[in-house]
Amino acid sequence: MDIFHNTNYDFIRWRWHAIILSLIVVLAGAGLMVTRGLPLGIDFSGGTSLVVRFSQPVTLDKVRDAIAPLGGEAVVQQFGDPSENRILIRLPQQEGVEEGTALEQGSQRAEAALKSAGLSPEVDSREIVGPVIGADLQRRGIYAVLTSLAAITIYIGFRFRFSFAVGAIVATLHDVLVTLAFLMFFKYDITLNVVAAILTITGYSVNDTIVIFDRVRENLRSRRRDPLSQVVNQSVNQTLGRTIITAGTTFLSVLALYLFGGEALEGFAFTMLIGVISGTYSTVFIASAIAIILSQQKGTRGKAQSAAAPSGEATTERPGRKPRRARAS
Amino acid sequence: MMKNMQWRLGLIAIVIGLSVWAFYPPGSKVKLGLDLKGGVHLVLRVKTDDALKVETDTTVERLRDTLTRASVTFSKIEATSPTEFRADGITDDAAFRTQAADVETVYDRSSETGGYSYRIKPNVANQLRDETVTQALETIERRVNELGVAEPIVARYGARDQILVQLPGVSDVRRAKEIIRSTAQLQLRLVDQGPFPSKEAALQAFNNALPADSELMPGKQEGSGAAGTAGSAYYVVKKVSAVAGNDLRNAQQSLDEFNRPAVHFTLKQDAAVRFGSFTEANIGRPMAIILDGRVMSVATIQGRITDSGQITGITREEMLDQVITLKSGALPASMDYLEERTVGPSLGQDSIRAGVTASLAGLALVVVFMIFYYKLTGLNAIVSIVVNLLILLGLMAAIPVTMTLPGVAGFILTIGMGVDSNVLIFERIKEELATARGARAAVNAGFDRVWWTIVDTHVSSLIAALLLLQFGTGPIRGFAVTLIIGLLSNVFTAVFVSRTMFEAVLARRQQAQTLSI
Repeated sequence: MDIFHNTNYDFIRWRWHAIILSLIVVLAGAGLMVTRGLPLGIDFSGGTSLVVRFSQPVTLDKVRDAIAPLGGEAVVQQFGDPSENRILIRLPQQEGVEEGTALEQGSQRAEAALKSAGLSPEVDSREIVGPVIGADLQRRGIYAVLTSLAAITIYIGFRFRFSFAVGAIVATLHDVLVTLAFLMFFKYDITLNVVAAILTITGYSVNDTIVIFDRVRENLRSRRRDPLSQVVNQSVNQTLGRTIITAGTTFLSVLALYLFGGEALEGFAFTMLIGVISGTYSTVFIASAIAIILSQQKGTRGKAQSAAAPSGEATTERPGRKPRRARAS
Repeated sequence: MMKNMQWRLGLIAIVIGLSVWAFYPPGSKVKLGLDLKGGVHLVLRVKTDDALKVETDTTVERLRDTLTRASVTFSKIEATSPTEFRADGITDDAAFRTQAADVETVYDRSSETGGYSYRIKPNVANQLRDETVTQALETIERRVNELGVAEPIVARYGARDQILVQLPGVSDVRRAKEIIRSTAQLQLRLVDQGPFPSKEAALQAFNNALPADSELMPGKQEGSGAAGTAGSAYYVVKKVSAVAGNDLRNAQQSLDEFNRPAVHFTLKQDAAVRFGSFTEANIGRPMAIILDGRVMSVATIQGRITDSGQITGITREEMLDQVITLKSGALPASMDYLEERTVGPSLGQDSIRAGVTASLAGLALVVVFMIFYYKLTGLNAIVSIVVNLLILLGLMAAIPVTMTLPGVAGFILTIGMGVDSNVLIFERIKEELATARGARAAVNAGFDRVWWTIVDTHVSSLIAALLLLQFGTGPIRGFAVTLIIGLLSNVFTAVFVSRTMFEAVLARRQQAQTLSI
């Protein structure tokens, strides 16, 4: 079976459309982030998260009413399958909770409120994160994502040419931002697991890009006469089958995780699903486009270096071949 | 060629055998994290300032003594912060400097108008803080062992003053937290007056001016109602204690004269001598037994007491807990809880079930897809995924790596991402087959050409996974380690195992031009 044999799509032609589409998604996400604020889970913001189980079905409203006197912006939602009668209650960080004894106050008061409302809750899980830990994790999370991006850029810069490294990292950064945007659209909280998924995406999404760049490098050796954009487009087409199939297998396994992995891993699985799709899209449309754009800018300087390439055409668009497309948009 | 093949197949068989042997049966060999088996994860912060304050207070005390004995005049020497103190009104500078010489091995001196200020040396402070955390760690370990928790973890964590405590399968989290945090500072102090029903009442009795050497202290709030300790009560007690936390030799369960629960404690030799002369000098006066800043009970000193005492008026549970904390020794500093994560066993069970279902579903989806798309060659990829998962489980059991909920996600990702390398190789083989140089050449070229691509993709994924390892707390680390092992064993299975299988198949068909791919 061979769906993607000898494809010859002109991906490069669509590069500006792709870049604009990505910008729209990223800006929409950023807009939401500014207006609504980044929805940090308690891992980062601090606070209390309880999963309580009831012996019989309880409506969310009943639970909300029971804990209403506690004040603050409590979140009450179904946890897992409705038949399990589990409900998640999240309480914000309380003011002035620095002292160790006070850390569990929110949880104690919520449990007491539920009991006095005639509901008999059994606490299945209780997570209480103090402000010190939350702030520390925030700092470390940001540090880890940025260091990861930097380290991968350095590695690719070392293995390929610099413009490729920039292309790969822009594509990876693109995936991180698009994933964040979709987390905003679908109102997922940024939890530790979500950050773990984002870090995994940075490592994963660059894989596809490396495969294409490896092929570009190989093709550049044998086709020095062709313009870079054509070589890149050909490389994208040659590796297209592989790109889509590997994304497909990863997507399938993450889909299984999303569907069957349970409530606790849902945010992780969702982040990975978006990341895998975005990673494939950015590999085909963004990474190579950036690499070409950067190479073209350096094209005039590149001339002198590539003695074997006649009249610098190796790094610039060949005029006359696809004149209208080359200038498209 | 055949010999080489046998050697390679043998190696693969040994690796599979060792892996299965390492993790079978998984129920007992694969360690589960708290989020899967239930339990509590706590992060505490040791207030190391407490220990520095004790050091500074003692130094001040000693310096005052030394100066007084040497008849060196001063107006005031007092601590200004946990790490600093001031000496004022010094008239004979040379004499003062001689007497204060050994203070300067620990404190840096700077001149101020009319005296000196001292600040603890940074390296001494760091060392003290470090010792305090180590001592707290050891004390918590003893307490956790007394609690009888199986496979607890007590370790330093994150920042220098943090301690991680993991207690699997603990159901009474509140009690465990109290026992761990209790400083178990036992003090015996003289009582000025009390009990009073409220703070205000106590202050009023002294016309709002407590004696300089006394302080207000709350009584035990909940209790069995023994005389003088029930309800909320306040006492005015002396600041100085006859014994300190580390003067305690032992504590054990006991009964008071009315057969009610009590804790019997004994003092160390030198403390007993001090306590003997202290009680002798104060016969007839009331003395408070204070535990962790609360007056537990008050009794009138009837005669000389040397090495033992009793805490009475407590419930059975309090007795059990106090024996544990007093026996394990006092904490050198108080502690705060920074984080608590508790998972009940039923939620853990459900997570395991969901994880197993998701893994099987993920594997099934990928298997169906690979056979549908690559036919017989798809089987090759499936064998290498399965071998990869076996090695992953085997290494996790052997190292051992704790399987956490995010670790399950890493396991499932290894299925989907591991097959990446196989697809890369297969697609290349397909391309090479099109050039019609025969199946064997195509397979060889396929593997050789993508080798560096595989290295590059694995390195970039490893970079992200290593940073994840550095970033993460317990469960996330489980994920990172799973991912790292999965990536490394994937290189072995997708390249070595898969290629060996190709060659084993092709060895029987010497002139093969085609492959079922």
